[in-house]
Amino acid sequence: MRQSLVRIGGILTRYLYLHMRSMPRLFEIFFWPVMELLVWGFVSVYFQSLLADPATRIAAILISAMIFWDILYRSQQAVSIAVVEDIWTQNIVNILVSPLRLWEWLAATFIYGFFKISLITALLSAIALTLYHFNLFSHLGLFMIPLLVNLLFFGWALGVFTSALVIRWGHSAEALIWGIPYLVQPVSAIYYPVSVLPVPLQWVAKGLPSTYVFEGIREVTKTHTLPWNYFWAALALNFIYFLLAALFFGKMFKSARNLGRLGRLGMD
Amino acid sequence: MESLIVTQNLSKNYGGVRALEDLSLEVRRGEIVGLLGPNGAGKTTAIHILLGLLTPSSGSASVFGLSPLTHRHKIAPRLNFSSAYVQLPSNLKVLENLKIFSKLYNIPDAPKKIASLLELMDMTSLASRITGALSAGEKTRLNLCKCLLNDPELLLLDEPTASLDPEMADNVRKLLKKIQKERNIGILYTSHNMPEIEELCSRIYFIHEGRMIAQGSPEEIMKAFQSKTLEQVFIKIVRSGDFVVKEPGL
Repeated sequence: MRQSLVRIGGILTRYLYLHMRSMPRLFEIFFWPVMELLVWGFVSVYFQSLLADPATRIAAILISAMIFWDILYRSQQAVSIAVVEDIWTQNIVNILVSPLRLWEWLAATFIYGFFKISLITALLSAIALTLYHFNLFSHLGLFMIPLLVNLLFFGWALGVFTSALVIRWGHSAEALIWGIPYLVQPVSAIYYPVSVLPVPLQWVAKGLPSTYVFEGIREVTKTHTLPWNYFWAALALNFIYFLLAALFFGKMFKSARNLGRLGRLGMD
Repeated sequence: MESLIVTQNLSKNYGGVRALEDLSLEVRRGEIVGLLGPNGAGKTTAIHILLGLLTPSSGSASVFGLSPLTHRHKIAPRLNFSSAYVQLPSNLKVLENLKIFSKLYNIPDAPKKIASLLELMDMTSLASRITGALSAGEKTRLNLCKCLLNDPELLLLDEPTASLDPEMADNVRKLLKKIQKERNIGILYTSHNMPEIEELCSRIYFIHEGRMIAQGSPEEIMKAFQSKTLEQVFIKIVRSGDFVVKEPGL
């Protein structure tokens, strides 16, 4: 176990050095989330001003939805980009022939994603408080923890899935790293309730853990309490998606090994 | 001498394309073995199978007596690999790259080990240099530093001198010979540079279009093909498509 931790530490050190070496990369962590928050934040404040009844709390709903969407998106990206980074630098074969195990590699990307998201969440919360007088922490209270945990897990599952596609199909699948999260966005009921969706899409939405998180956020906003059945439903679905993503990763890895793609990753 | 690598009738097909056919080879401790052949001969395919990066279609491969597919985690700490086509991250410093790989290989007292390897490769002054800013020769030496971090018992080197000028390639060869002699390790070496192979390797496997064409010492192979140099053998094989397996004594 100690050896595993040292190897995971090695991969984390690699990401740390990578960000220390590159200002644009460091800047990129914060740039897009901050820009999105600025746009959505001001839109929310404007919508709020149009509504006579302040109890609707539209700004709170939209800003917290935007911040939580970013957590889901960035946790998926952290895993996939970390994997693809080693393909871009033609270092992946060095990694794959080292004693590092696949689960250690993925665990390192999860930890990396967790730190990245913690930084982003702290920054976005500070901006929301300063510009829109919206305190995410007091708004969601301790309910924030179960909501975050579920989004993080789903982001990791999506990250493992998209990484598997890249391992199997190489550069040609890279666009999917950015595309796949937007496939789940419309049916995750992020900025609107599930009831707004057409019935067939409601069924799709109910099959995603993210939907229960965003429905949960709206419930906390309205009733100041989190229906725990949302939490358990999301957790159960996350377990299934995580298992499926891990199995898919294993299958794609094996397929890439059969087809000779592993040794050629980054060279096509 | 202990066998480090043994393959028997190793074959790999991609659909209808045969990349490797019935390759049987052995690398023993303390010897440098050359794996030769033109582009597309199947050299890299063989190395990738030995590294566990590729599943063979048939036949068997064992490294330290273990299957690379099922026992990669027992094999990986004992071997290392370098290729002209695989790089260390160019956006990190030389020292940073070595620190990362020393963690991946669980190297005890890594700073001391890294310092000694940098000195061995005459790279101490380059430790703080960004890897992408190194010359081709310096990158090759850095790859070799990475290769030696775990004191491997076996090295798989895929055209390690491909991008080097003759003087630097000569330095690398001398270094490899020194390491092989001092540490009694086995090396499987692929190259297109025939004089290099003559100088380094005690035994050679010559493959063409996935099939073994000849094996033996450089002298035996030159004799079998009635050629004065390995380069002449190489050209003869590629131009005539001679598929008769020639072994010493045949």
